[in-house]
Amino acid sequence: MVKNPLKTERWSPWTVGIGIGVLSWVTFLWMDKALGTSTTLVRAIGLLEGIFSESHVRANPYFAKYLVGKPGIEWQFVLVAMMPVGAYLAARLGGSTRVERVPALWADRFGPSFRRRAVGAFVGGVLLLFGARLAGGCTSGHAISGGMQLAVSSWVFLGAMFVSGVATAKFIYEKGGR
Amino acid sequence: MIDTPLFATPAILLQGALAGLLFGFLLHKGGLTRFDVIVKQFLLRDFTVLKVMLTAIAVGGVGLYVSSDAGWLAGWHIKSTHLLANALGGAIFGVGMAVLGYCPGTGIAAMGSGSRHAVFGVLGMLLGAAIYAEAYPWVKEHILGVGAWGKETLPSLTGWSPWVFLAALSVAAVTFSLRRSHATRKGLHRHELLRT
Repeated sequence: MVKNPLKTERWSPWTVGIGIGVLSWVTFLWMDKALGTSTTLVRAIGLLEGIFSESHVRANPYFAKYLVGKPGIEWQFVLVAMMPVGAYLAARLGGSTRVERVPALWADRFGPSFRRRAVGAFVGGVLLLFGARLAGGCTSGHAISGGMQLAVSSWVFLGAMFVSGVATAKFIYEKGGR
Repeated sequence: MIDTPLFATPAILLQGALAGLLFGFLLHKGGLTRFDVIVKQFLLRDFTVLKVMLTAIAVGGVGLYVSSDAGWLAGWHIKSTHLLANALGGAIFGVGMAVLGYCPGTGIAAMGSGSRHAVFGVLGMLLGAAIYAEAYPWVKEHILGVGAWGKETLPSLTGWSPWVFLAALSVAAVTFSLRRSHATRKGLHRHELLRT
């Protein structure tokens, strides 16, 4: 008997790749949208800042681009909000939910302290989103959605991100270890 | 938000919810909600991330260009080229991704499958977005203008047919996916041992 694929822990990379490719057809053809993530973080922090000072958000040209005269909670915002739910369901069905506080690779290099890992993750997140907004997108909006449209901007981003990621990871995680 | 309702129409929100649910589901099934899988890609020990990305790009791209030729595509969503910003932003992004061990989408999804440290990553992302918004006027004046070519694509830049690129990507995706390196097999084996 074939095992229910929803209950297998992991799918092959190309099954998942085909899935994301086909999902992109659906978002383009049916919804007239491209998968993306990082703009939502701009909207989220802009909405949050707007609670305290609407005039500040209105005066900032970057926030204004996304929030003035446009609904803040739109297609991509809900998409991003539902991503953890999708991952939760996949993990529950596949029996692969794992509470991870400090990843093994990180602990090898920086020790088991959760506080240190939290600071590292936070700093990484700051760089990640600053870089994404400067480049105009992230791995989903630029690399995947832009890559498949053969956009020059996205392939430049993809190349730069990969080279820099390899250099950084080799420097951080392999320096003292293997 | 400002001068308009906060929410888009229910139909749009429902479509986004469906897409997000499927996207998060797929990312987790692909192992991409795991720090180790992403960092090991950058260490060139596990090629899951590139395999997924290449396959998604090839499958998605073939479908989109076929749809466009057939007249089914409502429109493209191509981001304008700003050479310096694309490259510099990509480089900063790569550093962040290696440190955090997630990209924005996988980090957000990973909060749902048990990654506690990803939560701090997402908080950092919010701060990163806020800092960029404040820096934007300066960035616009000094960086965005360099190599601003507009909505250029590889076919429009080279004058070649898109099918040249799509064929090359498809071949790359297939050969790459079929090749299972020794390191990957060892890596998967070790992670299976760890789990039991």
